[in-house]
Amino acid sequence: MIQYTIQRVALALGIVFVSISALYGVMIALPGDPTSVLLGPRATPEMRALFREQMGLDDPLVMQILNFWGRVLSGDLGTDFFRNRPVATAVMSALPHTVALVFGAIFWSATLGILLGAFSADRRNSLLDRVTGVISVAFIAAPSFVVALYSLLLFAVTLRWFPSIGAGEPGDLLSRIQHLVLPSLAIGLAWVGYVARIVRASMLEAMGESYIRTARAFGLPRRRVVYNYALRVAILPAVQVLGVGIGGMLSSAVFAEIVFSRPGIGTLIYTSVSDRNYPVVMGAMLVAIGFFVTCALIADLINAALDPRHRKTQ
Amino acid sequence: MSQLRHTLIGRLARDPLAVMAIVIITTLVTMAVFANLIAPYDYTAMHMSERFAAPSAEFWLGTDNLGRDTFSRLLQGGRIALTVGLTAVVISGLIGLVLGMIAGFGPRWLDNALLFFFDTLRAYPTIILALALAALMPRGLTTVIVVVVITSFAEYGRVVRTQTLSLKHSEFILAERAMGASFGRIVFHHILPNVLGPFFILAAMNLPVVITIEAGMSFLGVGVPPGTPSWGATLKDGFDHIRQTPWLILSGGLPLILVTLGFTFLGEALRDQLDPKLRSGR
Repeated sequence: MIQYTIQRVALALGIVFVSISALYGVMIALPGDPTSVLLGPRATPEMRALFREQMGLDDPLVMQILNFWGRVLSGDLGTDFFRNRPVATAVMSALPHTVALVFGAIFWSATLGILLGAFSADRRNSLLDRVTGVISVAFIAAPSFVVALYSLLLFAVTLRWFPSIGAGEPGDLLSRIQHLVLPSLAIGLAWVGYVARIVRASMLEAMGESYIRTARAFGLPRRRVVYNYALRVAILPAVQVLGVGIGGMLSSAVFAEIVFSRPGIGTLIYTSVSDRNYPVVMGAMLVAIGFFVTCALIADLINAALDPRHRKTQ
Repeated sequence: MSQLRHTLIGRLARDPLAVMAIVIITTLVTMAVFANLIAPYDYTAMHMSERFAAPSAEFWLGTDNLGRDTFSRLLQGGRIALTVGLTAVVISGLIGLVLGMIAGFGPRWLDNALLFFFDTLRAYPTIILALALAALMPRGLTTVIVVVVITSFAEYGRVVRTQTLSLKHSEFILAERAMGASFGRIVFHHILPNVLGPFFILAAMNLPVVITIEAGMSFLGVGVPPGTPSWGATLKDGFDHIRQTPWLILSGGLPLILVTLGFTFLGEALRDQLDPKLRSGR
């Protein structure tokens, strides 16, 4: 297990290093003068020369990439020239909002998914089971930004049950949660479907096991056997699926943040791209990819720790 | 093979969800192909007195902020979605097919290197990468296709590699080799046909994902050029004018939901039929 862990961590670090280096390389190697983008058309030739030197734009590509990593490792993500602040500050103030959103989505998908899955496993092959099966697939299929738009339209604009803009008042927990409900539901809905199916499948498998039959034979009520014993076994695979899914939720978070005008990594990248604010794009990408790879790594390690077969097959 | 296909279609026809899926997909594809014949209006024609109209006999799905007929625009958007979807799936599928077979057949170091390459590409969150690349590339359908190909061919590569590896060591290939079959014969006659099955299922299930990415990029303003009636662009117009009319969002989201539902149900049905283990589990 230790060897496997080291291997996986090394691979994850390699992936982050290569993917970010490639992006950084493409960004600076592409035609177009970054000085005119960053300093604006009114910059004097002297200003441009100074800027080129400061940024090391005349160094060879490989040196520029290595220098970039040197700065990143010392905690410096660069400078946001548009607002004159460190990129790290911008990214770190946006990150908590996105993390809250993703965990809100996990909350929705875990609670609704487990309920739906347990419910249809309990009434296997009934009409209700079939209907929930179709609903699960529909949830999986619905594009998250369409779900975000529809829920904005229905619950925020038409019914006015929830606020439509922002992340809530700082320090006011209730307002924060109110602002989190719709966007996190929009992201989580697809995973409600996944979780429901996995919980249903593993509960059905568990209900075929002999200890469940024994519990029934001892005269324990059916309901209690299903919801106490079988469900407990079925929750673990659901947790694993969600661990892997966190990465995918990041992409959906971009839409949810924009549709509900929330601050966050997605909004930050989106506005920086429209402004051509490359240092911020780079810093936010680094954090997003790091978050994505870390979540996949943790899910992988949990899987391996719980089920030794995974260590071999990878 | 034809025997299997025959029974497969027979079995699909008895699955109500599969039938529904096929009906949805056929309808949408037909509407996209014959968009110019079906559309009641020119998709660029503006009816300024009829802005933000609700659905009516005159405008079936309402009109947008410039009084353009939403139904006609959605039909045109179907063509864009289909073009981008098919092009991107074919290109990324071919790249994945070739790289996956090289990984499966090649020496160990090459296999490892390609696997690392696939994993690196899959580390990019799709939409976030799309945004970053959009900052660097000109806005247009080519950029959309490039982004989709970059983020999706690794998936094909992995599936093809696994399939090739397991086939490479199967007995019938060993027997062929022992009888002196050439490398080309083994690859094109034996491996390729056996890889194509899972490959096509993956492609079918990937198509709605690609269409959603195109719509998503256009919604974010980094997809199709301004004025192009992509489904995502229609949704963006609806989002910008959400206080004036709910219809642009309601109508604009409809084809996207139908397309993803159709292909997902079809993929589910196909997998149920092709994987006996799952069928007994129902």
